[in-house]
Amino acid sequence: MSHTLKNLTVKVWRQDGPTAKGDFETHVIDSITDEASFLEMLDVLNERLISQGKEAVVFDHDCREGICGTCSLMINGQAHGPQRATTTCQLHMRSFKSNDTIVIEPWRAGAFPIVKDLMVDRSAFDRIVESGGYITSPTGGAPDANLIPVPKPVADAAMDSAACIGCGACVAACPNGAANLFVGAKIAHLNLLPQGQAERYKRAEAMVDTMDEHFGSCTNHGECSAACPKEISLDVIALMNKDYRSAKFKNRKELSRN
Amino acid sequence: MATSSAPVREPVTGTATAPRVRRPFLLDLYATAVGKKYAMAISGIALMGFVLFHMIGNLKMYFGAADLNEYAEFLKKLLYPLAPKESVLWILRLGLIGMLVLHLHAAWSLTMLNRRARPVRYQSARDYQEASLASRSMRLSGIVVLAFIVWHLLDLTFGVVNTVGADGEFVRAEVYANVVRSFERWPVALFYVVANLLLGLHLSHGVWSIFQSLGWNNPRFNAWRTAFARGFAAVVVIGNVSFPIAVTLGIVSV
Repeated sequence: MSHTLKNLTVKVWRQDGPTAKGDFETHVIDSITDEASFLEMLDVLNERLISQGKEAVVFDHDCREGICGTCSLMINGQAHGPQRATTTCQLHMRSFKSNDTIVIEPWRAGAFPIVKDLMVDRSAFDRIVESGGYITSPTGGAPDANLIPVPKPVADAAMDSAACIGCGACVAACPNGAANLFVGAKIAHLNLLPQGQAERYKRAEAMVDTMDEHFGSCTNHGECSAACPKEISLDVIALMNKDYRSAKFKNRKELSRN
Repeated sequence: MATSSAPVREPVTGTATAPRVRRPFLLDLYATAVGKKYAMAISGIALMGFVLFHMIGNLKMYFGAADLNEYAEFLKKLLYPLAPKESVLWILRLGLIGMLVLHLHAAWSLTMLNRRARPVRYQSARDYQEASLASRSMRLSGIVVLAFIVWHLLDLTFGVVNTVGADGEFVRAEVYANVVRSFERWPVALFYVVANLLLGLHLSHGVWSIFQSLGWNNPRFNAWRTAFARGFAAVVVIGNVSFPIAVTLGIVSV
């Protein structure tokens, strides 16, 4: 049974550009069905703003299926809003009540500069992936399926890490603005699999070093994992810490041989 | 097709292709945030060892003045006569001071790094889901414990803020009498209790964090990590807090 929410107060962050001063702008949504998604609620608001000749609120969105990692938004102090394991685009208005006040802010981190309003530039994540989030392999004819045996528990663990969509909620939720959950997931994804072993330690060192240039440090609060729409476990951070240490020792041995 | 209005991308940096500055190995490790967390964890283990054995040693108080004072003398004579008196004690002390300095420096520089990582704070209230009172107050509890350590040394090691005995002088070797006289002042006893409760809060998050920071993660023992941290914190706090309470209640007296 659908239900209609009345009199929602939406406080949304407006900011003209990366260096401009921003502030909250208050709008009232008189009525909206609880079957609307959160982004559809913003669409309704934007349609109204456009018809009034005002500028629409800029926010990131793409697939609206919870798989692309484009949407963001800090909703009432929680990354991706109040529902666990859910991206903003998959959040629905049934998570709210009539007369609620909804405060919407962009991700805030030094590495995620605000482009406009609620849109941030997350290319720092691309820098990290460029530095080691890949495997090097010769291409050619497609290899036979199952040529490389992968134990089922390993495949499952790697898949859990690979579920990361790179949305940046971990950084946004972290009180320290750390990206350890993202980097941990990317490292664990490849470092658990046989295909990732050749570059395992090079990857760990390069990705952690790149992370260091942009983000804060982990103090094990667990906010990242709680905010993660894919529920990535803190275990990936422990694996990253372990592989980084191993990388330092292993690479040192290789250096000494050169 | 490049138009002038297209946003100019910064050159790709930090892809670890640029030659790195060669530094001594340990400094190179310590230069990164992950390396500093190892330093936090390893110095944390050393400081955990200290607080545990300090508490166990002080339990001698319940056996009377002779036992406690003899234990203090025993510490000075560790490995004597193989090693000169106090030599082993000073090695331990210097190691401990080094670990404390390392712990403080890493905490300071990580805090500064974290401040830089979020130059503009959230303008609306955060709704934390997992961060606990302990994890969010690590800096505060650490600072109070540090202030307590300074007071504690001035009180019982140097005797600067202790009261004097009947002979009008502070005698360091009279450990038992010094402790009892100090705790007979209720504000001192209260400060001791509060500082130790905060130490317990610090340990309950810090000990668990050691496992995570060092990458000690295994499904066989993961479920025990928080239990161990809380149990360790509880043992240290109960032992330590019992001393001022025992003196205040007159269970331990001169």
